Amino acid sequence: MNKTINQKAWLFVLPVFLLVAFNAIIPLMTVVNYSVQETFGDNTFFWSGVLWFEEILTSERFHDSLGRQLMFTFSILAIEVPLGIAIALTMPRKGPFVPVCLVLMALPLLIPWNVVGAMWNIFALPDIGLLGYSLNALGFDYNFTRQPGDAWFTLILMDVWHWTSLVVLLSYAGLVSIPDAYYQAAKIDGAGSWSIFRHIQLPKMKRVLTIAVLLRFMDSFMIYTEASVLTGGGPGNSTTVLSIDLVKIALGQFDLGPAAAMSLIYFLIILALSWVFYTLMMRNEDS
Amino acid sequence: MLTWMAWTWPTAAFFAFIAACLITMTVLELRRPGGAPRRGVLGLDTTRGDRLFIWLLGSAFIFLAWLGLVGTPLWAPLAIALVYGFSVFRWV
Repeated sequence: MNKTINQKAWLFVLPVFLLVAFNAIIPLMTVVNYSVQETFGDNTFFWSGVLWFEEILTSERFHDSLGRQLMFTFSILAIEVPLGIAIALTMPRKGPFVPVCLVLMALPLLIPWNVVGAMWNIFALPDIGLLGYSLNALGFDYNFTRQPGDAWFTLILMDVWHWTSLVVLLSYAGLVSIPDAYYQAAKIDGAGSWSIFRHIQLPKMKRVLTIAVLLRFMDSFMIYTEASVLTGGGPGNSTTVLSIDLVKIALGQFDLGPAAAMSLIYFLIILALSWVFYTLMMRNEDS
Repeated sequence: MLTWMAWTWPTAAFFAFIAACLITMTVLELRRPGGAPRRGVLGLDTTRGDRLFIWLLGSAFIFLAWLGLVGTPLWAPLAIALVYGFSVFRWV
């Protein structure tokens, strides 16, 4: 039978191509152009070569923000992924409580990011917020606006509250796709709950967990809104992660050249780490 | 019309190089479909597109590391990136 070749299908890709070109490729090209120039406004640019890259890469400020960013990202991944799997394992697979659990889990994901930041800001205020007031009443010296440790605790707690649901829902989707025959076979073999988890549930969840880890990694590495509303990078610079620092340089100081260079370094780090995560997880799956 | 994009010749050349790489990959794919998959020294299954990606991303980090640790000029990292690229396409 002759294969029909129809090139008209390419036309269906055209809208997506144009969309990506205008919202991703062209802005990215502009950022590359800005990163090698200096401007004082009025659309006038002066060539500066790789000066901004050198400046950013050797600046202590960038190293500190990157360190804080990595600490934040790996902390929330270390909490959200195991916690998400644990919650998904305890959720019912059948019965009337399934939709109730799913809706409850989906609720934090439906709240806009700035609202989450504002909500937690009020919730954690030491004088009027439920969390802040309760902790102080229990004898803890808690004040997230003054103490860096408390600010970090609140920031991580807020992210865990907001985003663990995503890991739960994805893990749950992986769990419900496992046919009953696997569990029946495990029962016949006398497998315990740990063996079932280790040899049936975890391998079957691997694909969705890869997506969950990648999404959470990329999202948390780009966190801006919630952290900005909750702590604004403070107290001092203690919670100034990369994106907050970037906005300070680009919009606060209007240093477009250094900000563009920092954006590109930031982008390359996210790209490289995402590739490493993806490759490692897919490699394990293949083996 | 494109003045707001602040184009310069070096950045235009950089994007032209990326575009040339992508066009070359497309032509190669049309001539030899399948992407020439193989398992290289790192134990990764890669196609020629994956190898291009690994080369470009690795090269970016070679340049950044050199800039952060040594500084300008960038001839040495360029040579390292070329050797790295050859190694990636040959063995990875």
